[in-house]
Amino acid sequence: MRYLPLDNKDRSQMLGAIGVKDIEDLFECIPKQARSSELFDLPCHKPESEVEKYMIRLSDKSINASSVPFFCGAGAYKHHVPSSVDHLIQRSEFLTAYTPYQPEISQGTLQVLFEFQSQVAILTGMEVANASMYDGSTACAEAVVMAKRVTKKHKAIIAPGLHPHYSLATKTLASSVDIDVCVLDSEISSDYEVIDLINDETACIVVQSPNVFGEIVDLTPIAEKAHQHKALLIAVFTEPVALGLIKPPGEQGADIVVGEGQGIGVGLNFGGPHVGLFACNKKLVRQMPGRICGETIDADGNRAFVLTLSTREQHIRRDKATSNICTNSGLCCLAFSIHMSLLGGKGLRKLAILNHEKANLLAARIDKINGAKVLNSSFFNEFAVELDKCAEDVVDSLASKNILGGVPFSRLNKAGAKDILLICATEIVDQHDIDTLCSALEEELR
Amino acid sequence: MSIYFTKDHEWININQKEGVVGISSHAASQLGDVVFVELPEIGKTLESGEELAVVESVKAASEVYSPVSGKVLSVNKELEENPQIVNESPFEDGWFVKISISDLNELKGLMNQDEYNVYCDES
Repeated sequence: MRYLPLDNKDRSQMLGAIGVKDIEDLFECIPKQARSSELFDLPCHKPESEVEKYMIRLSDKSINASSVPFFCGAGAYKHHVPSSVDHLIQRSEFLTAYTPYQPEISQGTLQVLFEFQSQVAILTGMEVANASMYDGSTACAEAVVMAKRVTKKHKAIIAPGLHPHYSLATKTLASSVDIDVCVLDSEISSDYEVIDLINDETACIVVQSPNVFGEIVDLTPIAEKAHQHKALLIAVFTEPVALGLIKPPGEQGADIVVGEGQGIGVGLNFGGPHVGLFACNKKLVRQMPGRICGETIDADGNRAFVLTLSTREQHIRRDKATSNICTNSGLCCLAFSIHMSLLGGKGLRKLAILNHEKANLLAARIDKINGAKVLNSSFFNEFAVELDKCAEDVVDSLASKNILGGVPFSRLNKAGAKDILLICATEIVDQHDIDTLCSALEEELR
Repeated sequence: MSIYFTKDHEWININQKEGVVGISSHAASQLGDVVFVELPEIGKTLESGEELAVVESVKAASEVYSPVSGKVLSVNKELEENPQIVNESPFEDGWFVKISISDLNELKGLMNQDEYNVYCDES
């Protein structure tokens, strides 16, 4: 049975009511060459068992990140997520609708959002955080648009170390809201060059630390210059675990802090869904995009949670809303919050130290290989290596030996240097993995 | 001193070439409890009908438009800490901005107190 309640008579009645003859007339505004006149050539339906077999064969063509030495980072990080996280996120307390506008039936979800926001605020060293964005790149783009609202200025400067994908997402959004974006060519440790570009027309400066090459950037001098010109410093991170060791951006003068939260509680998920973190100073809170959960008391005086500052949002303020985001990454932010609670402050620091130790071990080994040179003067758990060979070729060859040896920089930025390989080591990397990668690399570069 | 009203429920109280702008008690009661007022920068030049401020209540956020063209001379800083005075005293303590009026002729397009009372009764 087809679940279509309307017959042709119903359809022609409806079309008549709006004054068109044929359904095709409704698509007239789409250019002909952009429309397909033929139906897609899809295969026939198959029984579930066959579909399953087909999908498994497809997935077998990929190398499973969990079963091979794995050194990829560059925006998505493979950490160990305790199985308790997966168990807890499925509890019925959290199964309320993901849009918790009715606090009387959504206290489980709302309390998590409130705790999540508190964790993000502490992690970033900021006063307030929202209930999350789609991912780090869109959070970054939204921060730039927010800076325009706050400063009423139209120029944004992007530091060279910003992840190229974040840069692209930001340029895409900025182009439709009248913001000029100035992006400097990506080079390691040239982030401080933005200081000379800041002037009274600058709305914001976007700086990532650790940057896409893994280099740690001191935000303080950039913040100082920004504030002299009434511009905002937007601090970005792609690896939340780094904040377990690095001084929070809020303590370095950042006005808005955005980043990717995937590294805590969330798997690689083929690049998404992830969870964007967004925090700012309290005085900017009314210009912050997204939803915010607040603590209050109910009619009986009990502690309770509600969505707050909703009047900034699209369903009320329409075209004057702070953003067109009407949602958050509910499930990923729940997983983040639970993993963070399991770790605790001390646990996060221990995890961060473990990551840094593994990366130190690996960097020292790789730097000794002929034809490979570690470029960083500082790093957390990933770093950039200059190779004597094309990095993409080396990575492909390593993959054929079942080693996922890192991300070529040119994969993130096609115009970028071809010989730079970004290598990451988290706590999941063990001595055997390091030995395997290093001896394979030696062979490749011989 | 004479007071004029717009169809959007702003009032302007004229003293020679200066005017004090706020929102009417009718507007304030329709909005409900005001929780935040976003004010313009001092020195900003405004066209008549241009957005002057944003007033946020527990149930809505609305724009406040400038009744006349002019320049912002001062803003009511008290609203930053105590936005509820817009509800408590819309015509006195709850004023928004003081502006210098560039063309007094624009006042002819506004309503006086009696006309505004009729306008509110009708709408």
